[in-house]
Amino acid sequence: MPIGTPFHPRTSELCTSLFYKDWAGYHTVCSYDTCHEREYHALRSAAGLIDVSPLYKYEVYGKDAAAFLSRVMVRNVRNLDIGRCTYLCWCDDHGKVLDDGTVSRLDDTYFRVTAAEPTLSWLLRLSRRFDVTIEDSTDSIGTLSLQGPNSREILKNACDADLSSLRYFDLTKAKLDDVDVVISRTGYTGDLGYEVWVEREQALKVYDAIMAAGRDYRIQPVGLDAMDVTRIEAGYIMNGVDYFSANACSIESRKSTPYEIGLGWTVDLDRDPFIGQDALKAEKANGSEWATVGLVYDWPAFERLFAEFGLPPQLPGGAWRTPVPVYNKKGLQVGQGTSGAWSAILKDNLALATVKSAYAEPGTVLQIEVTVEFERRRVPAVVTKTPFFDPPRKKS
Amino acid sequence: MSAVMKFNNKPDHARYDAVVVGGGHNGLTCAAYLAKAGKSVLVLEKRPVVGGSAVSEEVFPGFTFTVCSYVVSLFRPHIMRDLELARHGLEITPLEASFSPLPNGDSLCRWGDAHRTRREIARFSAKDAEVYPEFSLAMSQLARFTKSIIDNPAPNPASLKPGELVQALRASQGLREANPDQRFTYMKLLTMSAADFLDQWFESDVLKAPMSVSGIIGTFLGVRSPGTAYVLLHHYMGEIDGAMRAWGFAKGGTGGISNAIARSAQSYGAEIVTEASVGNVIIKNGKAVGVALENGDEIRADTVVSGLDPHRTYFGLVGEENLDNELTTQLGHYKYRGSSGKVNLAVDRLPDFSSRPGDGPHLYGDVAIAPSIQYLEKAYDQAKYGDFSARPYINMVIPTLLDPMMAPPGKHVISCFVQYAPYDIKEGAPNWPQRREAFGDAVVDTLEEYIPDIKETILHRQVLTPWDLEQEYGLTEGNIFHGELSLEQLLYLRPAAGWAKYKTPVQDLWMCASGTHPGGGIMGASGELAAKAILRRKAA
Repeated sequence: MPIGTPFHPRTSELCTSLFYKDWAGYHTVCSYDTCHEREYHALRSAAGLIDVSPLYKYEVYGKDAAAFLSRVMVRNVRNLDIGRCTYLCWCDDHGKVLDDGTVSRLDDTYFRVTAAEPTLSWLLRLSRRFDVTIEDSTDSIGTLSLQGPNSREILKNACDADLSSLRYFDLTKAKLDDVDVVISRTGYTGDLGYEVWVEREQALKVYDAIMAAGRDYRIQPVGLDAMDVTRIEAGYIMNGVDYFSANACSIESRKSTPYEIGLGWTVDLDRDPFIGQDALKAEKANGSEWATVGLVYDWPAFERLFAEFGLPPQLPGGAWRTPVPVYNKKGLQVGQGTSGAWSAILKDNLALATVKSAYAEPGTVLQIEVTVEFERRRVPAVVTKTPFFDPPRKKS
Repeated sequence: MSAVMKFNNKPDHARYDAVVVGGGHNGLTCAAYLAKAGKSVLVLEKRPVVGGSAVSEEVFPGFTFTVCSYVVSLFRPHIMRDLELARHGLEITPLEASFSPLPNGDSLCRWGDAHRTRREIARFSAKDAEVYPEFSLAMSQLARFTKSIIDNPAPNPASLKPGELVQALRASQGLREANPDQRFTYMKLLTMSAADFLDQWFESDVLKAPMSVSGIIGTFLGVRSPGTAYVLLHHYMGEIDGAMRAWGFAKGGTGGISNAIARSAQSYGAEIVTEASVGNVIIKNGKAVGVALENGDEIRADTVVSGLDPHRTYFGLVGEENLDNELTTQLGHYKYRGSSGKVNLAVDRLPDFSSRPGDGPHLYGDVAIAPSIQYLEKAYDQAKYGDFSARPYINMVIPTLLDPMMAPPGKHVISCFVQYAPYDIKEGAPNWPQRREAFGDAVVDTLEEYIPDIKETILHRQVLTPWDLEQEYGLTEGNIFHGELSLEQLLYLRPAAGWAKYKTPVQDLWMCASGTHPGGGIMGASGELAAKAILRRKAA
């Protein structure tokens, strides 16, 4: 039975739809309304407040913290400045991805790691020869993600931090309604946004202060369904959906490398040894088998397909994550769409897909399966560079 | 998006492939398509801002009004994709609800949530509550058949040219897919009044009245006037996110749409010059060769495109002396007779409806002051005899609920579309300025019956009469659609028989705005279809 997050007393009051799901053992709101649409638009045109507390969090501190994390992660976090956060992934010895997440440097010898899967034992196992302490702070820290074009104005009114100088992926300590918090300019929507990290005991005070500061900026509580659409527009992959942690795979072919899931840019390959380095070096030299790409459905073809059945085009109600086959022009299956969504803002039907690397070049026309009236059909979809939607305000 | 747009104050060149007169949303759309095709394009706009009637302006410090048009329904999604409008800042949020307060303290609210709507309607009629989704489905299906008509040029039924026949086939494709029942319903829609048509489905006046008004918007007709049923269909033709449904609100107001199109046009190389008023099209040997600005400057172009309405294009830019009598006679019969005005309010708090007190999702949509069919007919009666309605139909939207940046924190702007306000008031149209404030008072007095403290909340008020719409925004007789959307002025008759395909009798002069097929509303379709017609012509 899932339990409540630190914000549950507030979110459960607001969630009149009773639409919840289990995220890592916590009750999390799918949508506060019967449909996530209003929440989606709040994220893109005003601001949305999302409870992302179930994210796994680990505090890593000690003399060797930087060296240790650089050993675990594909990225060399020794170079990470204090007050900076970075996105990355980590692998097993064979260079297969275990998870993706962030590492924030709170102090010279103090880091915070976030992960989609439980990662404590992996960290502990690798920490033996390092002078570090690792604590699982998943339960003790509540995290709120405030996302959307108005998020900066709202947070400015709520806290004492100088947010104008807080760059994308910066973080800062701040007082928010007299509560000590950490604010990072991060999120999972691809928009202007922040994440606020607070001790469990003070969580409700922070929630109330942000909601009050946001009232005049039309803040909305937002659930996971709306966030899922925005993360697809942003081209952000998800562990367990767009790829699978090597730990969770019973067959080799299901595993992926950083290069195959589009995270090659997070790999600092030529440096002191890190887990998976040899395998990744070999892959870098020989090329990758798979690639993760964005696909945009050919809309006129999609519309024509439904018209054949006398139907208007039927769009997915929210983000989907049931894989569908992807074919090349000759009809040979060359991969799969792993998740997708209709983008109301782009007026495009989008998917993230894993395809053989020969088909990953932007502009390549593939075919994606669409079921119409119980019939499996295909429509052209064009390989497109992600993010699909990338507003300048994200980094401005 | 309220980011400041940059425009030139004079053209960089003396000669262009195409000059577009008027930077309304259709002119900009046309310019963007032409520029995207590689043409050198100049847009000349008289006002300091682009958008024409699709404009957002900071009328009072800190308060941005959707001055004229205020919601969007029919904007073509493929244009958003073609012109990459999302990248240029376009964002349209669907309206949450349609709220109709009643004078007796009751109210009806129709929601996106079907069950919630059913429960609301059932308080007035259990039967109507069940019929409502059936009606919506039937109308959406018919609207879908009509889609092929608005996405293609209007075929000329009097022509047997192969090209025309192909166009006719293409445009009628949707209707040929309709079953006989649907065709009968379609015939009824074409001929009946909105109220009569709705009477066939529903019994509750409370429901019928706010539904019927979409049949009269922008026309000088009443809900019991034949021909108004057809316009109901437009309400269901709105295509938001692939679904046929009602209305959306653009971030930053309707000016947000124009600005996005302008940015797109600029990104393809089009040049936009504001505060450049065009006096006339330069015509040599029956050919348009450029335009003359009112300041005397002349700009040469292979193609001149008018984004103005038919009256101002033909009688203004071209001049009657350059047209034959048959066309000017037809154009003389083309009806404008604007029937609506706009009242925009800046308020220090959200409106508090006595029928549904406080803030709530009922405010996140449009509010219709249309309590009964009789109320609407009475409003029309006064207009027929040259008065504005003492108790008009009002369609209110609160843009700040969707884009809070349009007013200072905690404050709001309210946009009120008001019908009827006849252009030809009995004092004579030029005397509208003397009646302007009385008209504004009638609107606020009407609102006060539903929002008792509205007067205390008003910080600023902007009143636009049909006369103002004509003088400031160039809408002849204040008609928001560049001519009524009545059947005799649609399709191959818009704006005149034989000249419905963006072409004009003056060689190389084209039209691209709402006075051409399919016309009306923020659709972008006229601008797009005109650009495509020009490019085809130039390629041939």
